[in-house]
Amino acid sequence: MRKGKWTWKFGVFLLVMGMIAAACGGDDDGGELTPVNLQLQWFAQAQFAGYYAAVDQGFYEDEGLDVTILEGAVEIVPQQVVASGQAEFGLAWVPKALVSNEEGAGLVNIGQVFQRSGTLMVSWADSGITKPEDWADKTVGNWGFGNEFELTAAIEKFGVQNVNLVAQNFDMEALLNREVDAAEAMIYNEYAQVLEATNEATGSLYQPSDLNVIDFNDVGTAMLQDSIWVSEEWLASNEDVAEKFLKASFRGWMYCRDNPDECVEIVLEAGPTLGTSHQTWQMNEINGLIWPSPNGIGVMDQALWDQTIEVATSQGVISADPGSGAFRTDLAEKALADIDGDTTGSSWTRVEVTLNPGGE
Amino acid sequence: MVQPAADNAGRPFQLPRRYRTIVSFSLIVIALAVLWESYKWMGQTTGGVWPGTSLGLPVRTNNRAMPHLWDIVAALFRPARRGGDEILLVTLLEAAMFTFRSAFAGFLVGSTFGFGLAIWFIRSPLAERGLMPYVVASQTVPLIAIAPMVVIWGGQAGLPTWLAVAVISSYLCFFPVAINSLRGLRSPPATATELMRSYAATPHEVLTKLQIPAALPFLFPALKIAATASVIGAIIGELPAGLSVGLGRALLSFASSFSSAPEKLFGAVLLSSLLGVLFVGLVALAERRLIPENRRIAEIPEFAT
Repeated sequence: MRKGKWTWKFGVFLLVMGMIAAACGGDDDGGELTPVNLQLQWFAQAQFAGYYAAVDQGFYEDEGLDVTILEGAVEIVPQQVVASGQAEFGLAWVPKALVSNEEGAGLVNIGQVFQRSGTLMVSWADSGITKPEDWADKTVGNWGFGNEFELTAAIEKFGVQNVNLVAQNFDMEALLNREVDAAEAMIYNEYAQVLEATNEATGSLYQPSDLNVIDFNDVGTAMLQDSIWVSEEWLASNEDVAEKFLKASFRGWMYCRDNPDECVEIVLEAGPTLGTSHQTWQMNEINGLIWPSPNGIGVMDQALWDQTIEVATSQGVISADPGSGAFRTDLAEKALADIDGDTTGSSWTRVEVTLNPGGE
Repeated sequence: MVQPAADNAGRPFQLPRRYRTIVSFSLIVIALAVLWESYKWMGQTTGGVWPGTSLGLPVRTNNRAMPHLWDIVAALFRPARRGGDEILLVTLLEAAMFTFRSAFAGFLVGSTFGFGLAIWFIRSPLAERGLMPYVVASQTVPLIAIAPMVVIWGGQAGLPTWLAVAVISSYLCFFPVAINSLRGLRSPPATATELMRSYAATPHEVLTKLQIPAALPFLFPALKIAATASVIGAIIGELPAGLSVGLGRALLSFASSFSSAPEKLFGAVLLSSLLGVLFVGLVALAERRLIPENRRIAEIPEFAT
């Protein structure tokens, strides 16, 4: 009976393969706390350390929250995830969230965690580019997708002529290969990647002295970045949950300010492929974007909000000023009033981080 | 398989076939390695142009674009992170196991669906004429465009993420299986079908006793294609899934630090392709067990010896 034979053999084959496949993982579920989701912009890294620390240290649990951190990925837009109700909280850059709001996302900023912009324009020291005017007649890389407006606003502000703007991948290859004279970089990520790369001429790593850096905070076209957004509709009946979430998240960030090495460990735990020294660098620079927070962490800096709106409207990012309803400070202020400890970080200082090859 | 004696008559000594496979495979690997390293050496020597010309080489030869092969291998056996005790290879193998789960589930679902579709089409020419254009069109939609949608819908339906990834993987699998099975189901000569009819066989009996057995040799080459496609589909599916494990995540993570640690990315690429090779090997193994040698279609000869 030839047919019977191949049928059972095939069945055994499927069974064995199925068992191999089934042995490869599992899932678990949460407890009886209020479950909420937080959508990140990208996968686990020190940029989000405060939230991971708040989970790890039980700060969310203290507030009766069971927070699930949803890692970002390719083509995942946190604003859309929040608008569709799959996450209660989402992180986003202010201009990007305002664009989503013009498309009807209905989001409101309840915590402006990063008080400064982390965007730099990096060039080689021998190029002599030290100020925006020096971009004239030069090839300047930028990431596009809404990441370029600090740059284009600076070009306009200083009336720089003949800038050859070219698309740049989300890495520093173009600068390393000298295909561009200046490249966009986040101070906590791509800038460090240059310093983790080996200079084939000398055989050692590139040094900060090899590079010139223009910081958009100094240029005056910086825009506000990572902040916590919720749907207006959800917030109307969940202000208490939002306030608790802010309180625990702020405590997480304060923990990471005071215990950066522990926070790096927590982040590395969540990402087995991340490099230790790169994350240590990132933790330090992220702390620099948050601290000091003169009005307390998470409270909007009105002047920088106004600057963000001005740049966003002048660059055509958004069509009109969204008005004061786009952000709220009252929830953050209430959360802060409930926290013991230093919520401004006025005495915080950078530490010296040694980067290893490849960020290991 | 044992060679008939007559085959070797009058020829000089030859290694048994299974060793020949290993030797030729190793030679090709060595040849590719030599090609990689000599191209790199040439570029480094001439400063990135073809010798004697000013024509630029198509690919840069510095250590970022083309790390030395020994650096890639060494990176696999170094700890995945400084001070850690787990080497990169183990981290990547764990990622590969996770991806394999989605790929295998996708392979099963996709192949079953493809085979079922073929049976439906052979029973109903109307369905074939009506649906075939859509089956073909489904494969021209870029996977990267539908993957985020599937992940979001899966999330709304409460599916675990790896299962949503499996759905994306199955999308790539069903097509080759459907097309090849259809051809296989049609392969029995008309005389065979007529003979069955003369014995008063029902259409169902013709299908199970003639057409499906006849289709099996055609099915396995398609399953091999589906096996590689399922791995590709699973990796692409992982990119928008926000998973903390899997090869897709490892590739994304290493791609973002490509400038400073390219060996790790190449290592992850190597492991991804090995997963595909291994999967095809398993299918080939099943084929050897299930299909008699004289009825096999030799797509990848002696693959899983």
